[in-house]
Amino acid sequence: MSNMSGAEAIVESLKLEGVDVVFGLPGGYILPLYDALYDSGIRHVLIRHEQAAAHAADGYARATGRVGVCLATSGPGATNLVTGIATAYMDSVPMVAMTGQVPSQLLGTDGFQEADITGITIPVTKHNYLVRRAKDIPRVFREAFYIARTGRPGPVLIDLPKDVTVDDLDFEYPEICLPGYSPNLKVHALQIKRAAKALMEAERPVIYVGGGVKYSDGHKELVELAEKIKAPVTTTLMGVGCFPEDSPLSLGMLGMHGTRYANLAIQEADLILAVGARFDDRVTGKIASFAPQAKVIHVDVDPAEIGKNVRVDIPVVGDAKTALAELAKAVEPKVWSAWNELVAAWKRDHPLFYAKGGDSIKPQFVLETICKLCPEAVIVTEVGQNQMWAAQFFTHKDPKHFISSGGLGTMGYGFPAATGAKMGCPEKEVFDIAGDGSIQMNIQELATAVINDVAVKVIILNNGVLGMVRQLQDLFYEKRFTNTTLGRVPDFVKMAEAYGALGLRATRPSEVEGVLKEAIASDRPTVVDVVISPDEKVSPMVPAGASLSEILELEG
Amino acid sequence: MGKMSGAEAILECLKLEGVELIFGLPGGVLLPLYDAIYDSDIRHILVRHEQAAAHAADGYARATGRVGVCLATSGPGATNLVTGIATAYMDSVPLVAMTGQVPTNLIGKDAFQEADITGITIPVTKHSYLVRDAKDIPRVFREAFYIASTGRPGPVLIDLPRDVTVNELDFEYPEINLPGYSPNLKVHNLQIKRAATALMEAERPVIYVGGGVKYSDGHKELVELAEKIKAPVTTTLMGIGCFPEDHPLSLGMLGMHGTTYANYAIQEADLILAVGARFDDRVTGKIASFAPQARIVHVDVDPAEIGKNVRVDIPVVGDAKSALAELAKAVEPKSWGPWNDKVAGWKNDHPLFYAKGADSIKPQFVLETICKLCPEAVIVTEVGQNQMWAAQFFTHKHPKHFISSGGLGTMGYGFPAAIGAKMGCPEKEVFDIAGDGSFQMNIQELATAVINEVAVKVIVLNNGVLGMVRQWQDLFYEKRFSNTTLTRVPDFVKVAEAYGALGLRATKPSEVEGVLKEAIASDRATIVDIIISPDEKVSPMVPAGASLSEILELEG
Amino acid sequence: MKHTIALIVENKPGVLVRIAGLFSRRGFNIDSLTVGATDNPDYSRMTITVEGDEVVLEQVTKQLNKLVNVIRVSELLPSESVERELAIIKVAARKEDRSEIMQIVSVFRAKIIDVSPRSMIVEVTGSEDKVEAMVRLLRQFGIKEMARTGKVSMVRGTKVVSA
Repeated sequence: MSNMSGAEAIVESLKLEGVDVVFGLPGGYILPLYDALYDSGIRHVLIRHEQAAAHAADGYARATGRVGVCLATSGPGATNLVTGIATAYMDSVPMVAMTGQVPSQLLGTDGFQEADITGITIPVTKHNYLVRRAKDIPRVFREAFYIARTGRPGPVLIDLPKDVTVDDLDFEYPEICLPGYSPNLKVHALQIKRAAKALMEAERPVIYVGGGVKYSDGHKELVELAEKIKAPVTTTLMGVGCFPEDSPLSLGMLGMHGTRYANLAIQEADLILAVGARFDDRVTGKIASFAPQAKVIHVDVDPAEIGKNVRVDIPVVGDAKTALAELAKAVEPKVWSAWNELVAAWKRDHPLFYAKGGDSIKPQFVLETICKLCPEAVIVTEVGQNQMWAAQFFTHKDPKHFISSGGLGTMGYGFPAATGAKMGCPEKEVFDIAGDGSIQMNIQELATAVINDVAVKVIILNNGVLGMVRQLQDLFYEKRFTNTTLGRVPDFVKMAEAYGALGLRATRPSEVEGVLKEAIASDRPTVVDVVISPDEKVSPMVPAGASLSEILELEG
Repeated sequence: MGKMSGAEAILECLKLEGVELIFGLPGGVLLPLYDAIYDSDIRHILVRHEQAAAHAADGYARATGRVGVCLATSGPGATNLVTGIATAYMDSVPLVAMTGQVPTNLIGKDAFQEADITGITIPVTKHSYLVRDAKDIPRVFREAFYIASTGRPGPVLIDLPRDVTVNELDFEYPEINLPGYSPNLKVHNLQIKRAATALMEAERPVIYVGGGVKYSDGHKELVELAEKIKAPVTTTLMGIGCFPEDHPLSLGMLGMHGTTYANYAIQEADLILAVGARFDDRVTGKIASFAPQARIVHVDVDPAEIGKNVRVDIPVVGDAKSALAELAKAVEPKSWGPWNDKVAGWKNDHPLFYAKGADSIKPQFVLETICKLCPEAVIVTEVGQNQMWAAQFFTHKHPKHFISSGGLGTMGYGFPAAIGAKMGCPEKEVFDIAGDGSFQMNIQELATAVINEVAVKVIVLNNGVLGMVRQWQDLFYEKRFSNTTLTRVPDFVKVAEAYGALGLRATKPSEVEGVLKEAIASDRATIVDIIISPDEKVSPMVPAGASLSEILELEG
Repeated sequence: MKHTIALIVENKPGVLVRIAGLFSRRGFNIDSLTVGATDNPDYSRMTITVEGDEVVLEQVTKQLNKLVNVIRVSELLPSESVERELAIIKVAARKEDRSEIMQIVSVFRAKIIDVSPRSMIVEVTGSEDKVEAMVRLLRQFGIKEMARTGKVSMVRGTKVVSA
């Protein structure tokens, strides 16, 4: 193709990668790129803090399955992305983050708004680039998008010195040539055979599903396999939605705040088929007593995950969807068994529950009501108690409909991510299930939502405290509540109005359904302040470092 | 001393270092430390986003000259500090940042809320520690405070795995033993002699002063030297307040938005005495044509700064205060000369100015009015046009009374920094001079200010745009205003009210003095929304990469 | 247990920091690390000695393989490889000690590459053990300064580690 500036080449590369929206905030050294975006046809959403640009791109990526793109200027703009990039990294979200940089000749001189963002983000990116010549732009962008979305997805950062965006180049989009990068997609037939045999021999199998199934679009194959062999399925927080929770085989979520029956099943299982999951400490509890009787089959696209935290009997490296399809073919149908009966009894005897009928609003009831009114909604969460209630008390049925910061656990993720998800799926109803602590961390994005008419519905479960931390203080620190009281500031309804959003409030159980209906009917960003007690708890709970068998049921 | 837990040891160290105030936000792995804080006399301020904790500690440090301390949990808490740490690093602010970390046995496993924060912050800290053993706590804290506060100050990060805060140790506060660290404090006699001779020989000297003079408390020595040899003095943004701007020898600020006369003086000087300054690109303009006729004497405590950006004729390594005192002793008095007259002529002919008498409020007038009403106030700024107007149109007379993110240029710095400054100096009036873009970046801290009764006065110069970037688009990108329009959302008065702060507004010049008086009279956090035109510009201006001689005076 | 790993990496800025950062972040212990050119100017070769059991070795190998700039990772078994290290050692050399030092040098097939009135610089090449042994023997005279390259290693026979 023709001669163009670096900035034009970036825009051209983005178009070739099919990018339709970029979240960002301009600054001095990124101006040439902003000037090129001005008449590019690519939509740019101006956010109010760069952290939100990264989270919005992340939410967009998780909701659509496409690569999310964010853009920030050099220095503080770039460092403001770090939390968002780390969030995407821990949850394997495909993202490309572009940052401005000081001109090449100022690199390393502590120039104005200079930060060594490639150095800073090495621990939290799948890969990153500092582009040193304009002519490298097409190659770098091609590689960055390829690396971000293939294999185990993840964020890739591209740092763009100002001169590189101004200099001219001959644009040609090259083929991928990455000798050091080969995403493992094909599964090994022999390993599938061994895994299938183990599944057939098992008497008490459990399928344990993580985000890998979501990213590989393997949910149909998962259902097929599970139904064929009648294996109960439990998901991690990242896997929520990959298996319909209204299926008789569903165990819901496992781990620290998983269902009692999922954890019991894991502890009694003689075989665990882990698919696209990584045996995180929040899932396994005390690792030495995790699934003590089980052989472990581990399917993962990232070989480094296999054997990282637990010993694995049958490793299967490869794409989760392919592996599940192959497994479903390789196994013979099984019938409903004693194991299924046992699991069903656990489900009956130890359901998720909460105390009903009080005067105050129960957060669990809010989630159930949302689920009743809007069962197909996309549920985005903040982090903490709100996140766990959203995982537990909404019946999740669709992958990519539950969006939450699992690995990094980033408070403030939910609202900008919901904005990104809604922009990626404008036809869907998108809720941000929030706490009053988390929502404050990126509350400035109300401006972005209002100005761009992004009708996200923010449900604040307002307990006036940092609830999850307070719950730990309540249980393990003799109710010594140090620095977890937020003082019910601000008034979120007034706040919504200050931004031109709709603000609603419920203080009694009888008001919940009404305000939620009003929120759903609203065609603009809406904040619903639901006032709950500071003493609400997430139950059940496996204390950190304890075995899954030591699960506690707490008073609601 | 006795046996104690790691968390208790940390608090003991903080007490021994004289820490009275910490800014932070709790999280799971930090609970043992927070529980120890519960019984401690050290005051902890609960912020609403960890970025604000770092900025508040930074503002406290700049206002008081003491080490600022912030605290965040692992993972997102830690990464949220990055921008604040980088801001402190670029401006050489003494800061100790403590972060929680996952237990040592989970490090490297991608555990819940794990982030390699020591790895991430290598480029933006003076030093960092990952504490692996509780018994190292006293040594690490002693070293961290020593490193942060000596030589060229800077941020030091201490990463604290949960088990390290729980395990017990025998507390003993050790002596410093750091073979690789020796801050160079003593100045070399011979170099002082050479510098003094050069000063005596010079016909057209200029003293160019940076933040180093502030950090070394060298302002009195500076005045003494300058007056003795009648040398005009210009300051960088970081040096503002080190030399009284109502002094006949003052040239105000130099550089991109410095005074025309300061830049002329630099370009005509035959000798530049640079003290605690680093020849940043925003100061020098095109480096090849900076001060073309001048010999350069460079005094800096950091030998790596000398010769980094410009050739230096006489290097003086050492503390700015001692060097200035020695120099003042070593020189003979001079009388007012033709150079002084020439400089006075420039001051007379090219003052800072703006068009007066219009219907809309001029931001420069707002600053002048604040200066008139409250000349002794501490002025904290956000970043962008507001920052430059605050530097230009308030007559700065005291060091540590002008607080601004110079090197990293962090939007969102001002408000939390102002909270920190006010808590460090409660007897002083503290203003945050803000733009509507910058202020939104940490607007959530209104809760912190209100709940802790920190009566900071936020003056929002509300132009509805990202003004500085827009100014560049106006001048250099044919008014293609790509993504710089913020659309005057939110209504800042309503936001103030939603938080329980006082909200005021001025839309006409005649209202300015009244609302400012009201704000000054207010004993709580106050936001003043001042509506200005989006076309207001910062003038004069040296375009990026141009010589200081090419300074433009823009229409007001 | 010590393991020797040979890496072929892209010869680009920042690659070393990615690898060093990985070791620090994941809690792997590096004993020694060397970098040098290969026959292909696009690639460098690194030899890393790590301490740890088989599980650690497996994680190290897999994690290194995930780095986009790392082309090839192979463990070199000591039984199948040749290993060499170079050390130069400035040793105090009083008149009365000189002949003994020179004897040791000759036994180890080392070289004296600089002589001054009070010291000599000795160059020794060989396996880590040999270098260690030499250092131990020279210590009695007083080692004033020492510089060691760390180990480089290569598989014997026709098998190669290349891109």
